[in-house]
Amino acid sequence: MKIKQLLTRREFFKNSAQLCGLGTCWLASSMPISLLASKTEKDEIYRKEARYFEKLPNRKIKCLLCPRECVIDDQETGYCGVRENHEGTYYTLVYGRACSANVDPIEKKPLFHFFPGSKAFSIATAGCNVLCKFCQNWEISQARPDQINSYTLFPADVAAYAKRTNCKIIAYTYSEPVIFYEYMYDCAEKGHEVGVRSVMITNGYIQAQPMRDLCDVLDAVKIDLKAFTEKFYREIVAGHLKPVLDTLILLKEEGMWTEIVYLVIPTLNDDPKELKQMCKWIIDELGADVPIHFSRFYPVYRLRNLPPTPPKTLEMARDIALDAGIHYAYIGNVPGHEGENTFCPQCKKVIIRRIGYQVLENHITARGQCEYCNQKIPGVWQ
Amino acid sequence: MKRRKFIKTSLQAGSAFYLGLNANCRGEDQQAHSTISLKRSTLVEAKSYRIRDTYGKLISSQVEQLLNKAMTRLLETEKPESAWQKLVKKDDVVGIKINCLAGRGMSTHLELVEAIVEGLRSAGVPDRNIIIWDRANRDLEKAGYKIQTNRNKLKCYGNDQVGYSRRLYEFGEVGSFLSNIVIHQCTAIINVPILKDHGIVGMTNALKNFFGAIHNPNKYHDNCGDPYIADVNMLPDIRKKIRLIITDALTAQYEGGPPYMPQWSWQHNGLIVGFDPVALDSYGYHLIEKKRKEKKLPSLKEAGREPTYIATAADKAHQLGTDDLSKLQIIQV
Repeated sequence: MKIKQLLTRREFFKNSAQLCGLGTCWLASSMPISLLASKTEKDEIYRKEARYFEKLPNRKIKCLLCPRECVIDDQETGYCGVRENHEGTYYTLVYGRACSANVDPIEKKPLFHFFPGSKAFSIATAGCNVLCKFCQNWEISQARPDQINSYTLFPADVAAYAKRTNCKIIAYTYSEPVIFYEYMYDCAEKGHEVGVRSVMITNGYIQAQPMRDLCDVLDAVKIDLKAFTEKFYREIVAGHLKPVLDTLILLKEEGMWTEIVYLVIPTLNDDPKELKQMCKWIIDELGADVPIHFSRFYPVYRLRNLPPTPPKTLEMARDIALDAGIHYAYIGNVPGHEGENTFCPQCKKVIIRRIGYQVLENHITARGQCEYCNQKIPGVWQ
Repeated sequence: MKRRKFIKTSLQAGSAFYLGLNANCRGEDQQAHSTISLKRSTLVEAKSYRIRDTYGKLISSQVEQLLNKAMTRLLETEKPESAWQKLVKKDDVVGIKINCLAGRGMSTHLELVEAIVEGLRSAGVPDRNIIIWDRANRDLEKAGYKIQTNRNKLKCYGNDQVGYSRRLYEFGEVGSFLSNIVIHQCTAIINVPILKDHGIVGMTNALKNFFGAIHNPNKYHDNCGDPYIADVNMLPDIRKKIRLIITDALTAQYEGGPPYMPQWSWQHNGLIVGFDPVALDSYGYHLIEKKRKEKKLPSLKEAGREPTYIATAADKAHQLGTDDLSKLQIIQV
């Protein structure tokens, strides 16, 4: 099936507004009030035994979900703030406790080679396993579940709402889905039962076994590669680079559709040398067909002292990627920029034209080929 | 009913109702907080083996006497009420920050909190201006405290009862929301930590207790809490409002913390009072190391959890107090 859509400027704004409305108003209009968790509701309903942990003496446990491997005393939570040791057993506190639920275009994730123009039922819980000083969603990612409002949405509800809102995808996003692993896993399973796919928007800071297991139920993953230096990861992210690179390699081994986002932050990770090293690593380890999105940074949270990324810096980064041989290098957070479009690496024509999160033209055939030259375009198109 | 017995009944979980007493009003209107002339890094340690009955249970009247001894010595007054009057004004709203995470056995003792409430009352602070608080209602209840929210009476609740500020408070590596109790309710804070071992940051006492005032303490345990613990104590609303620190070392713990591990706790039977949180932590660290040595355990440094945040709190960037034990004046009473 060929999707060809041309919008006038007026239609574009109208559609954008509708989509935004869907995102922000959908819950208010469609979500039954009873789904809003009241403050008096027992936290216990969201408690579920965690999948990956090791019991230690004296009621301690060691979390085996992410590379931090937190050793946690009884009654304490891990670094993520959403997993608690209760008398020597580890529990997630956010199973079915969604703090955000919206309908978004898949381009917002961004995933550009995965059902372009589709809607994704997007959910998150509180918590994160890193501490990025530039986090756009820090008010939920750095909070604990009892500190923010939430909706009671168990996996079957999530799948049902995705279906009801004509979303063919469930996206685990906004905060960090690694920390709501059990919830994500079960939502993905329930989604598949009703024909809804699942995508994970993640920092890739996860151990190998949980990630491999998760690949059984996911359809695509977007990884935030936040820099290509250990120093940046240590000082700005409170994490480490290597586990993220290991996850990218694992996803390739598993054959999972993967795209990378690199948020370019002035003076911190925009050194051309670093970008060249990263692109070389991608080519060598993942191949030329993994899309990379160079996104524009805006000052927020703890990094309010830096300016937004100049578009020229993003163009420089994209040029470095293209020169290194990466086929699909994009520019993000600069609506209307040419770098938002997908170009055929063979005939160089625009095969998907976008403005912001809107797909204006799509010239990829149902068989995943360029309409003009039949070049195979990697991705999940149908 | 005796006044002490009354407070105990009202604070303890399970008491059916609360009846307020009029705060005492002696007509004394001494200037609060301004007449303290002692060196900031003076600590008073009051110890007594008579504070427990034959079963090891604390005797409230003895705990109160012990506190009075420490207070009068620290503030150089003859009467305990004069000591309290030096610290707080009648119209202060005083938050008593306790530590209840470990539940019964290794939380700030109720008997001590009763004695502090008595002291505040003796200084003319009305019950409605006293808030006993910690991180969460759940923690308080586990430790045996009763949640009380009536605005006209003595209050006891967690941050979750009133929430956190929506403004981000920042210093150094820390960026946090602060408890509304600290920001909007209290004008003065009495920090009442307990002295115990901590499996990640080494030990916990005065400085670490304010992790219970921020919304995201889980983010700040890396690197043995250094520099995060020092940074939290630099937040102006915490730093400015602390009037006094009373370390509850009636029962202390030298290994296996933060949960209560009776096999590694000891009856120190002491209260340590002072104004300098770094001094209190340094001395508390010394006590824990001494006990670990006695029990043939490796030092916290050897165990890979040296509480380096104490030295950081004393450095040029923080200047929260003195970490050099040789420069402290530690008065034993």
